[in-house]
Amino acid sequence: MAVGVSSDWTSEPDAAGVAVAFPISEQVCVVLGNRPVAAGYWHLELDAPSPACQARPGQFFHLLCPSPDERTTPFFRRPMSVYGADANAARVEFLYKVTGGGTRGLATLQVGDALNMVGPLGRGFHLDPAGRHILILARGVGLATLAPLVQLAKLQGMAVTAVLSARTTDHLLSVARMHRHGADVITVTDADGSSDPDHVEALLRPLFAAGRLDAVFTCGSNRLLLLLKRLAKAHGVPGQVALEQQMACGLGMCFCCVRVFDEADGTAYRRVCCDGPVFDLQTVPAW
Amino acid sequence: MVDLSLEIGRMRLKNPVMPASGTFSEQLGQVFDLNRLGALVTKSVTPEHRDGNPVPRVCETPSGMLNSIGIPSKGLQHFVEQIVPLYSGIDTPLVASLSAPTVDAFAAAAATVSVPGVAAIEANISCPNLEANGHAFAMAPDTTEAVLRAMTAATDRPIWAKLTPNTGDIVAIARAAEAGGAEAVVVANTFLAMAIDIATRRPKLGNVLGGLSGPAIKPIVLRMVHQCSSHIGIPVIGCGGIMTADDVIEYLLAGATAVQVGTATFLHPSAMTKMVETLSAYARTHDVDRLQDLRGAVVLPDDMAMLALAAE
Repeated sequence: MAVGVSSDWTSEPDAAGVAVAFPISEQVCVVLGNRPVAAGYWHLELDAPSPACQARPGQFFHLLCPSPDERTTPFFRRPMSVYGADANAARVEFLYKVTGGGTRGLATLQVGDALNMVGPLGRGFHLDPAGRHILILARGVGLATLAPLVQLAKLQGMAVTAVLSARTTDHLLSVARMHRHGADVITVTDADGSSDPDHVEALLRPLFAAGRLDAVFTCGSNRLLLLLKRLAKAHGVPGQVALEQQMACGLGMCFCCVRVFDEADGTAYRRVCCDGPVFDLQTVPAW
Repeated sequence: MVDLSLEIGRMRLKNPVMPASGTFSEQLGQVFDLNRLGALVTKSVTPEHRDGNPVPRVCETPSGMLNSIGIPSKGLQHFVEQIVPLYSGIDTPLVASLSAPTVDAFAAAAATVSVPGVAAIEANISCPNLEANGHAFAMAPDTTEAVLRAMTAATDRPIWAKLTPNTGDIVAIARAAEAGGAEAVVVANTFLAMAIDIATRRPKLGNVLGGLSGPAIKPIVLRMVHQCSSHIGIPVIGCGGIMTADDVIEYLLAGATAVQVGTATFLHPSAMTKMVETLSAYARTHDVDRLQDLRGAVVLPDDMAMLALAAE
């Protein structure tokens, strides 16, 4: 008899053999769709039972990516922020850019294939229900991370202004989705020079000056992070940023995904996987 | 009902599967019931506060990974007051892994963490010894025995010695640990290693050197477990590249009493509980009443002299 790791990861009995729901699960999910969208980005949809489909905006999954070719075998999982999660439909979506061995492997997935996912992981965005108007400032892959926050803000009756930056208009993904969720979208690109931080600052200043922003959120750009941090501090608006870092375990055990943060009593290493990936904007130094 | 239980010195474990130090924390309790493991081994804690090493702290290698985390630690008091209570409701022995820069510091640390809730202490003697030019304690028999003697004199808790594979004669180290009073040896820690990014010509780890773990090292550690268990009287806990229940059985056959699992948990957080389940299934299928009957049951050739010669 072959003795190996079972392919059934979904059920987890406790020591007495009683099935218990745990908040994080290793699940094998079936691919419902996986197609190139534009500019090297792919949209992946999965049939994902609970707890995966309970993922909140800003949380992520740790994906066991298939080998893209005979010469490449990703050993670690790859962290991927959730693009969409629907608890009623038991679905999870990712919007990913093909950049390395892991994401090249993801792009080989066909409808009906299985993908082993661990999650949902990390601390997502916190939306204060008392807020009326939020600003989102995102660039590149950060658009995918912030898209579900727009949806949640709409559900909570908030107005959203989304300033979205990318190399070209082709790289401006999820704009339509944010429009659909009622966001007031402003796009800037490198191609026409409008993504220059000085120009973005000119766009943002009136929004801050109007005094109607209750919270700001960003992901995907160091320069935009610094800009937003400065403006939010000057106007006393709370902010959050979603960070990326290389990870091994994704759960908080290995301490490899640390970054330095500004704390009240100096600086401290914190783990992006479990202390974040969403952090208070004012505690994050530039990288 | 298959009996998976075992004894390590004065301790009785319900099954032979436990996490390797540094690859486990309370967050794993969000994935499965920690009562299902044989023991819980905490991340090494040091007397001094440590931030850890610069990033990147890990990298991938073929069938394995390198790490150089640098033992970030908030000190012994934080461990006793904040970490130990996290496991108070769990009916699985908690093993506190300690690292320290001197023999005296190891002994003092052992006394400090000997609090209710800590069942045993694992001495991470793979760390640099500041009294011996930074060579790891477990690279030499005399320093190994000295640390174990000092620790066993400082506490009534069982001491397990976590050995490094980065030594010429690991059997001599295991013997020294036994002579020093260790109730078990853990064989072994990671292999000192390096990887370079050929595009940037920089080391792939911020600390340049790191420890290799994962399936790549399993056959070497299995050999070490077999050698050590053949020459010492205390239990050997096998640790190196265990990914599946097959690997656990292989280690038991080689002479291990129990195993520690690390890298596998990074890839499959529930790997350890799957191993426990599959060990039971294996034992039932193979009419093994007690899993410990497999310990050291490797069928060796009759001509042991030839085997010894081959090992020279």
